[in-house]
Amino acid sequence: MSERVVIIGAGPAGVRAAEAVVRAGIRPVVIDEGSRSGGQIYRRQPEGFKRSYETLYGSEADRARAVHETFDALLPQIDYRPETLVWNVAEGRVWAARAGETEAIPYDRLIVCSGATDRLAPVPGWQLAGCYSLGGSQVALKAQACSIGGAVVFMGTGPLLYYVASQYVKAGANVVAVLDTSPFAGRVRALPKLAEQPDLLWQGVTLTFGLIRAGVTVLSGITPVEISGDPQSGISGVTVRTASGDVRQFDCDAVAMGWHLRPETQIADLARASFAFDPRTRQWLPEIDGDGRSSAPGLYLAGDGAKILGARSAEVTGELAALAALGDMGHAVDKDRRCYLMAQRARYVRFAEGLAEAFPWPHQFVADTADSTIVCRCEGVTAGTLRASVSEAFATETNRAKAFSRVGMGRCQGRYCGNASAEIVSALRGEAVERAGRLRGQAPVKPIPVGTARTDA
Amino acid sequence: MTGRFRRLDETDRALVRLTVDGSEITALEGDTLMVAMLNSGLALRNAEFGPERRAGFCLMGACQDCWVRDTDGNALRACSTPVENGLAITTQPLTADWSVAP
Repeated sequence: MSERVVIIGAGPAGVRAAEAVVRAGIRPVVIDEGSRSGGQIYRRQPEGFKRSYETLYGSEADRARAVHETFDALLPQIDYRPETLVWNVAEGRVWAARAGETEAIPYDRLIVCSGATDRLAPVPGWQLAGCYSLGGSQVALKAQACSIGGAVVFMGTGPLLYYVASQYVKAGANVVAVLDTSPFAGRVRALPKLAEQPDLLWQGVTLTFGLIRAGVTVLSGITPVEISGDPQSGISGVTVRTASGDVRQFDCDAVAMGWHLRPETQIADLARASFAFDPRTRQWLPEIDGDGRSSAPGLYLAGDGAKILGARSAEVTGELAALAALGDMGHAVDKDRRCYLMAQRARYVRFAEGLAEAFPWPHQFVADTADSTIVCRCEGVTAGTLRASVSEAFATETNRAKAFSRVGMGRCQGRYCGNASAEIVSALRGEAVERAGRLRGQAPVKPIPVGTARTDA
Repeated sequence: MTGRFRRLDETDRALVRLTVDGSEITALEGDTLMVAMLNSGLALRNAEFGPERRAGFCLMGACQDCWVRDTDGNALRACSTPVENGLAITTQPLTADWSVAP
């Protein structure tokens, strides 16, 4: 039997998957968009940069180093394709493009570790220069040793909000405020589940106190009102309504915004995985079993690209998915190891449930987006235009609304407006958000040059 | 000219020279094109669908907000393109004449 294994992604999930496949005596193809392995959370700085692992990754320094060193040691035993974009999966082949050329790589087992991007809510003015995704603000610091501005506000929700703000303070950036839409009481209620990872819970507490000690304004339960500024020069301030109803304005030239994460599921979608609605996060996710098997034959999903469980869990689910693929090919699988990994995964799932309760997606705020607010940053399409696709053109779900309004059709292909579009469309129709569906993945999942030449046929 | 981004560390690197809309800027070896441009300016390009300037958004190749062009017309994703000496960037969108021939 043929044993062609392709792994997409070289973050923590992809690295551990590759390690397990190599251990079984198979040489996998590992395709990664990045120029260096590590993914986003363990993203490496360019060659020649000198900051230490401790500076770059803080409490996760040992984990980051282990993931990097594991991958580097695997290099002679894998077919590694960096700076390569998988833009389609069809008919048992992975379509990979690099530098104007594309190749269709056949596989028997495909392990997709596609990672996540920030989940965004539209805020008036978020199209202005100086507004960045929260993950983007972290990339600026980690990979380039830069702050996104001279006076930075962090707004949204989730553990990453506090983590990145603290990294900025530690690196010497001027952090003005951390503005969290989640009420503080939710965090207290979620404590029993968050206690599954006591060190991460403690880290969250100490980071928050550290920010306050550093003079950063930290507010919970806020409602964003406006990002103000000038079309030419960009952002000049952020206005929010506090939990007690006061309006507060913060002068700044940059805003980092994110409401936790959303999985990058386009490749799983094109590979014909079935999806199910996850009411806890109000997102559609690919369906997988506890090992990472999807509904499509030979397709396995791991890491945050399958379900947002964090970088530590990604190492676990990456190995689990590889073990599942190996077992399905007839290899003997260490049952004790699998049981251990499954138990680890269960703890990360419970922790993630706690995070979803502690830092909820503010769906009512999104459903209430003013008609004048831009929902689609790419093409400047307002909530009013999106709503007209429902009220005047009778769209019943987000794909139809996209066809009429172009929300989800621009450069980002719905990555940063899709969640909001579903909330706005379903609220207007008076239906549950799952009824608005999800934006279907389309090939190419990211732009490739028109002149891209096929090299394998 | 002050830029949008602020360098916090790793400033001990070789200088790289490039031009943006004809004006020379200096950057550091290992910079992405985005970091190079936003350490000496406030934006990367004009929005096609609004009055505002754009300066990128996700920095991880997902949003496609940061595409610029070199003077040969090649599209470059600024967040994932390393700078090189002699790069010549234009922030103006390509223009096309769509008028019907007489």
